[in-house]
Amino acid sequence: MAHGPAKGIGRWLFTTNHKDIGTLYLWFSFAMFLLGGFFAMVIRAELFQPGMQLIRPEFFNQMTTMHGVIMVFGAIMPAFVGLANWMIPLMIGAPDMALPRMNNLSFWILPFAFLTLASTLFMEGGAPNFGWTFYAPLSTKYAPESVNYFIFSMHIMGASSIMGSINIIATIMNMRAPGMTYMKMPLFVWTWLITAFLLVAVMPVLAGAVTMMLMDINFGTSFFDAAGGGDPVLFQHIFWFFGHPEVYIIILPAFGVVSAIIPAFSRKPLFGYASMVYATAAIAFLSFIVWAHHMFTVGMPIAGELYFMYATMLIAVPTGVKVFNWVTTMYKGALTFETPMLFCIAFVILFTFGGFTGLMLSVAAADIQYHDSYFVVAHFHYVMVAGAVFSGTAAVYYWLPKWCGKMYNETMGQVQFWIAFIGFNITFMPQHFLGLAGMPRRYADYGLQFADWNMVSSIGAFMYGAAQLLFLYNVIATIRNGKPVSDNKVWEGAEGLEWEVPTPAPYHTFATPPQIK
Amino acid sequence: MSTVKSHRKVVTKLSLWAVGMFGFALFVMPPLYDLFCEITGIGIRPAERYEAAPVAVDYSREVSVTFAATNNEQMPWAFRPMDSKVVVHPGERYEVKFYAKNLTENDMVGQAIPSLVPFSAGDYFHKTECFCFNNQPLAAGEEVEMALVFVVDPELPSSIKSLVMSYTLFDVTPVAADTVAQLQ
Ligand SMILES: [Cu+2]
Repeated sequence: MAHGPAKGIGRWLFTTNHKDIGTLYLWFSFAMFLLGGFFAMVIRAELFQPGMQLIRPEFFNQMTTMHGVIMVFGAIMPAFVGLANWMIPLMIGAPDMALPRMNNLSFWILPFAFLTLASTLFMEGGAPNFGWTFYAPLSTKYAPESVNYFIFSMHIMGASSIMGSINIIATIMNMRAPGMTYMKMPLFVWTWLITAFLLVAVMPVLAGAVTMMLMDINFGTSFFDAAGGGDPVLFQHIFWFFGHPEVYIIILPAFGVVSAIIPAFSRKPLFGYASMVYATAAIAFLSFIVWAHHMFTVGMPIAGELYFMYATMLIAVPTGVKVFNWVTTMYKGALTFETPMLFCIAFVILFTFGGFTGLMLSVAAADIQYHDSYFVVAHFHYVMVAGAVFSGTAAVYYWLPKWCGKMYNETMGQVQFWIAFIGFNITFMPQHFLGLAGMPRRYADYGLQFADWNMVSSIGAFMYGAAQLLFLYNVIATIRNGKPVSDNKVWEGAEGLEWEVPTPAPYHTFATPPQIK
Repeated sequence: MSTVKSHRKVVTKLSLWAVGMFGFALFVMPPLYDLFCEITGIGIRPAERYEAAPVAVDYSREVSVTFAATNNEQMPWAFRPMDSKVVVHPGERYEVKFYAKNLTENDMVGQAIPSLVPFSAGDYFHKTECFCFNNQPLAAGEEVEMALVFVVDPELPSSIKSLVMSYTLFDVTPVAADTVAQLQ
């Protein structure tokens, strides 16, 4: 309790403090978000007009791959791990994470993974160009040399995620304050507990997939090579066995964030807490048995198509429960619309919209038309960006005053929200039309009939990109010279242990555990 | 302290689980997938010799069979069907030839792997004799005509009017080293 943070760079390199590590994760993920976002801008600039203007098609493929990989593994996942590090100990009344030194390790291997990945851009033969789903044989037989570096960085990211998850599970299971029963935990803690279990279950499967690729490429095995008795379709099964739970790994913590913020600004407790917990668990369970809905076109037996179609549709039920609960929480509440609340309301609307297009895609017969078209791109950006990124932004605005003891500029926050909200929809709404009209994804060029909507989409993308720079500016300006707040409870409607510690949150909190009534 | 002990328990259990899932992906999923394909009949079937039973030839029906030959990229031989397409009556025996020549200066062994489209015709295309049943050794510069004798089953669903039989030729010299030795 007596000592504060160490001085200089050593503080960050050797820190075992959950708040420091949370901060590191958040800044790292924001840096990756800007990098991945820059690649997205390159993609949209090239697609601004038909024909090839700025880059070569080979480079375009590298951009789509790097954009996807960096956004999923470098931006969204570490952002939520950062929030978990900061908030879980505060929310359950624990002094720190269970395994502080492993915590340090699981963060500090990440920059190496992404430096390795980014360095492939400068290698002969270029960066990985096979899409973020890296299907074999594109990623094995026809891959550029740099694929080995890609595999290496995937292994490190996986190790980092697994260590982070084990840490989170140990913290939640063993370090809750006396009286904090499982069914009293805030929903953010619950969603992270379930997410961490998903991660421990599927990150090793991803590691297995890239290991098989590595062996096929370098050691003459034929897991995915039909020539040697393997099967490229096997790769898709293994990848999506990881990949479908992965999308819930990304979105469940976002559900947790929204379940914290909506009650705070509705000044009502969350409606249906227990059903939220069960719905989260149900979604996590279902996520393991629906993976082949990404593969309706590989030539599955009809029974398989039907099974994966109905099982996928089933996920809409627990998800519907969640949306219903959020809306009901707002119903007849004393609502105010500060920036975090705006992002959360947008989340509920746009995520539900993305859920509906997902339901369309789950219809096996229809999916054959939509498959690998811009409709799919639009669908998953509605759930990934308006889902995960919007809720992450909401979380930063909501907890930033608690973290640094200063209030952000509300006007700037709201301006950012509206630019982001409008820009996002201008970017991705037209992509539904493009996809339904038949524009395939992952091409550097398109037919003339797609020109107009592509230009609109690109303009929206530049808008959305600009909103992120405003976000960065607002956060830095807040930390440097925001208006100080001293209330423990920054938001009058906010509930939870994190609002009982002083503002800004001291370096060490809950050295003696609080009593939960 | 007891929390340290319970941390160790959680970490041990979860690490074992993670290692187990890694093993599951690497050692269980591929064989499981093969088994699934075998049960449902998707993918490549093993080349099986068919013992021809006399059946009535259905002269009222014609089915076109197209032949294709591809080289695996590591296979430098010349390889092509000598008849690219035949029209057959179900129940009748036909013989077609494939040509292969070893263009290299080394003795080699090749192996052809068959694949039939559409998949649903797989049970109705019978090979009574096929060069794909055995590997094919060729000395440097040697050439050969290889036979395929087949019968299209009269039970072939009437919706199927054409078949494509394609072969991919692989270099199996390293694994068939004793066959190469016999060539000398
Ligand atoms: Cu999925």
